[in-house]
Amino acid sequence: MAHMGAHAHSHDEHHDLESMRLMGFWIFLITDCILFGTLFATYIVLHGNTAGGPTASELFEMPGVIAETFILLTSSFTSGLAVLSMNQGNRKGLIGWLVVTALLGASFIALELTEFVKLVHEGATISTSGFLSGFYVLVGTHGLHVSLGLVWMTALMIQLGRRGITNVTRRKVNVISLYWHFLDVVWIFVFTIVYLMGVM
Amino acid sequence: MLDQIKEFASGFFVTGDPLIYGADVAIAMTMIAVVSVLTYFKKWTWLWREWLTTVDHKRIGIMYVIASLLMLFRGGVDALLMRLQLAVPNNDFLTPEHYNAIFTTHGVIMILFMAMPLMFGLFNLVVPLQIGARDVAFPFLNSLSFWLFFFGAMLFNVSFVIGGSPDAGWLSYPPLSGKAFSPGVGQDFYIWGIQISGIGSLATGINFVVTILKMRAPGMKLFKMPMFTWSVLSSSLTILLAFPILTVTIALLFIDRYFGAHFFTLDGGGNPMMYINLIWMWGHPEVYIVVLPAFGIFSEIVATFSRKRLFGYASMVFALMSIAVFSFTTWAHHFFTMGSGADVNAFFAITTMAIAIPTGVKVFNWLFTMYRGRISFPTPMMWTMGFIPCFIVGGMTGVMLSVAPADFQFHNSYFLIAHFHQVLIGGVAFGYFAGLYYWWPKVFGFKLNEKIGKWAFWLWNIGFYVCFMPQYALGLMGMTRRMSTYGWDRGWWELNLTSTIGGFLMGIGFLFQVWQILHSIKFMEKDTTGDPWDARTLEWSIPSPAPHYNFATIPVVDSKDAWWEEKQRLVQGEAPKPKPPLEPIHMPKNSGIPFIMGFCWFVAGFGLVFDWLWMAIPGLLGVAGCMLAHSFNYNTDYYIPVDEIKATEAAARRSV
Amino acid sequence: MNLTRGMRRLAALSSLIGMTVLLSGCMDKFYVLDPKGPVGRHQLDLIIISTLLCLVVIVPVLILTFVFAWKYRNRKDSKAAYQPEWEHSTKLEMTWWGIPILIIIILAVITASYTYKLEPSKPLEHPAKPITIQVTSLDWKWFFIYPEQGIATVNYIQFPADVPVKFELTSDAPMNSFWIPQLGGQIYTMSGMAMNLNLIADKPGTYFGTAANFSGKDFGKMTFDAIATTQAEFDKWVQTVKQSAPPLTQDGYDKLAEPGTMGTQDYSSVPEGLFEKIVTKYTGPNGHQHVHKVEENLPVNQDGGGEAPESSAHHHH
Repeated sequence: MAHMGAHAHSHDEHHDLESMRLMGFWIFLITDCILFGTLFATYIVLHGNTAGGPTASELFEMPGVIAETFILLTSSFTSGLAVLSMNQGNRKGLIGWLVVTALLGASFIALELTEFVKLVHEGATISTSGFLSGFYVLVGTHGLHVSLGLVWMTALMIQLGRRGITNVTRRKVNVISLYWHFLDVVWIFVFTIVYLMGVM
Repeated sequence: MLDQIKEFASGFFVTGDPLIYGADVAIAMTMIAVVSVLTYFKKWTWLWREWLTTVDHKRIGIMYVIASLLMLFRGGVDALLMRLQLAVPNNDFLTPEHYNAIFTTHGVIMILFMAMPLMFGLFNLVVPLQIGARDVAFPFLNSLSFWLFFFGAMLFNVSFVIGGSPDAGWLSYPPLSGKAFSPGVGQDFYIWGIQISGIGSLATGINFVVTILKMRAPGMKLFKMPMFTWSVLSSSLTILLAFPILTVTIALLFIDRYFGAHFFTLDGGGNPMMYINLIWMWGHPEVYIVVLPAFGIFSEIVATFSRKRLFGYASMVFALMSIAVFSFTTWAHHFFTMGSGADVNAFFAITTMAIAIPTGVKVFNWLFTMYRGRISFPTPMMWTMGFIPCFIVGGMTGVMLSVAPADFQFHNSYFLIAHFHQVLIGGVAFGYFAGLYYWWPKVFGFKLNEKIGKWAFWLWNIGFYVCFMPQYALGLMGMTRRMSTYGWDRGWWELNLTSTIGGFLMGIGFLFQVWQILHSIKFMEKDTTGDPWDARTLEWSIPSPAPHYNFATIPVVDSKDAWWEEKQRLVQGEAPKPKPPLEPIHMPKNSGIPFIMGFCWFVAGFGLVFDWLWMAIPGLLGVAGCMLAHSFNYNTDYYIPVDEIKATEAAARRSV
Repeated sequence: MNLTRGMRRLAALSSLIGMTVLLSGCMDKFYVLDPKGPVGRHQLDLIIISTLLCLVVIVPVLILTFVFAWKYRNRKDSKAAYQPEWEHSTKLEMTWWGIPILIIIILAVITASYTYKLEPSKPLEHPAKPITIQVTSLDWKWFFIYPEQGIATVNYIQFPADVPVKFELTSDAPMNSFWIPQLGGQIYTMSGMAMNLNLIADKPGTYFGTAANFSGKDFGKMTFDAIATTQAEFDKWVQTVKQSAPPLTQDGYDKLAEPGTMGTQDYSSVPEGLFEKIVTKYTGPNGHQHVHKVEENLPVNQDGGGEAPESSAHHHH
């Protein structure tokens, strides 16, 4: 009897635990917002300080950036589809959409790295000017977030393959999809403040 | 080959100062002693199983307290060395370089590696017990926070003997802290020591916000929470909003130094004033982060020892929260003299003064908690009574400093030094001491010796005024902070000598506290009541020390002073509330990952300090590996069976 | 706010540091409390006003603390009232929210008006024409240029009393702060900009000046004398410096700017535009034009810009 009771109790408790973890992640995202907010602030302070080096409008090439934006937005959509599949209990669909999301994320990173390499070859490095320092660190921090997300997503796919959809893996999928949407929102700001306002 | 090694070693180790050689020997001997004792008594497994891998908030709290007291010792020795140097004019006891390093490490250690961990220690020791929870929300993360703090602090302290200490002031303003003016590794130790422990602080902030919002006992509405818990909530929320700014600022300083970027450099379009703004956007809230919990501690203690409800509960909560909010609107008062113009200065002057209002209200509420009470004065209450006059005088000089045009005459002088020591020692240190004395019996099951404690109290208190009152005067005499020496002609030396004497009185006070702890461990009787102060909140309703699951059954709360009310009901002859039957308790398992991950951060940080990628990269890979290992580990919890709970409770002489 | 001198002294004595001052008894060393110019005097007024306003709250609180602690201490035969359940009184709480708010409003109004009045970059009202001294903080010495007189000094300044002095402040080293407490408050010296501080010395005298913001190794040795004399003596001093002191060359300045300490020094002349050159050392007024884009005849960025050789190195490719 006691055992049965404990078991029923433990289900509730696990549920509480997982909802608490989700809340913890929301709060982490608040701190991450502040982190990005501070980087945006430094970028805005420094964006005119080109120290005789190239300016934003001279450097940025929009086609590539628009492609990056489109890819990341799509990946946000596919991560949403992954969550939908999960809610329908469709493990294959879930993993499939996560794979698509990760591939899109990886191509975003590849495009961003290509852009960085090209800029560096043009002589626009992190040590060229305050503007470029701010640019590389802001955009690079976003890219680093996406890259960490990719590693994490891969680890999660393996766990889903092994364990299927449980309370714990469900929460993990919810968390990473939250993270992914968050990075999408941050990118919209990067796109607007850094690129659009840079070339205008 | 030998010459190469010699050359490397002379650059790697700090050499040429007898003080440091002495410290080297002391450190080496302490380490040998620790290792020998652990080996001789076969305690290595015990250390690993019971402490290094623990996720129990109570043990993590104890480790925080021990580490912070060690840091208090180091920071205190720094302070006394400075005071010795300044005791007489034209002193060459310390070279300017050494003096600069010492005031830098004193500041960093006291705020980030003493006050913060002592605060986190008290959070851990008290909050879950006070809200009727079995642990914090994220016990693994809690352990990780501790080890990040610990290894961050170690990395910072290693600079004392390896590579050289930072010496650009505790906030390391560029351009002085930039590569051009500080080419050595000291600044890099500063950056990585703070960065690693800062991530831990941020995680602790998240942890306690969720713990307090989600894990309170049934019936404990937000407005029935004990005031210390409220203060922890306000402090943790402030951490969430402030610490990311520190993380970014320090990271940018590192990027400037390491990659030659131009955030804060003079050339290349950098902007050093941006650093000063950013660091204070964290730094000012940081001061409130450490003082808010002290306010919470005083609130608990005043109510307990006045044997009366806390006066003006709602006002107190509102004051805590408004201080937390206002703390983000005052940062520029740290540089009124930067020429920002009258508009900016007037704005920040007024927001700064405004903080005095809720702070003043808190003092009145404490006083009126005492009014028509029955006040007894054991050591926790004595520290509280020492705090009130000290803090209000410090607060008054704070308001004086906030008057922008007057600040032009106070800024960076010893008047400022006296002010912030008065609020940080009188407010934070006295508060945490009061908290330690108050909750000590809960943590260890015995009280600290009152007689030695009173000696310590008076030495600290008298020492404080003897040390810092002359510094107000010195500020008005034009003595600026961070001067490594001064001439006979200034007329400063009598007051400086007095100040030094006061500093040593506080040092002796600290020794009394150490003696008090050792003496009490040996001689004090075990407290069998679990409630030696006849206190008011839930932590006192369980045995001391608390069993590792804290509460055998989770209490149901229906009033603010839950435990006090229950005791009153018992006195009035009401039957105790029926307790629900025992059930197996769900607990988190210990984990070695936080310790290993902290160590990997240390390795990575050390590698980055010396620009040794062969060391930094494996360190960072280790960090990533630990995170993955944790992610793949699903075997993280277990159940304590009912029989074991019964046995534990019986052993604590409680009937179940 | 026109406190008399005696009042000011008295208030400062009794309220600020009370016993300490009385014991040491050398009032003239308390520079902040013994101002010798209008700026310092106004600042002292403010210090006294803010102190007195704070004391309105602080003194009753201190008294209440001791009275309550004594009266309600726990003893067997205590006749004092005991109300363990009393925890709220709207009237009382309104009082101690209200009084501090009132005091802070008063102080805020006073502070704001003084902040505009004492804005250090604002020229002082005075019949005499101001004299300009250009201040540069170096590692670890003070360098002063007299643009109107064409001379320069190190680690001391001389200027006429009762004449406004306009200090233009910059730095050719980590930031510092320039402070002559008896004349008035300090202002930071920062590279890449010239900030203004206006002060007057009422009477001739030698005033203590000091660096106030930590700038590295020998920061503690950066004190200097600010000597106010009569106009005639000042003119004579300028003549003497012009005739007897060596000239300062650009090389001489570069040597001077190297880290180190030294005593005082005079220079009979200064290279043309040296101060402006120091100010714009890192952020040239014309901006360093981006080589690559100039060749393509594209619009050139005008803002920011840097003269620093290390940053220009990156532009060639």
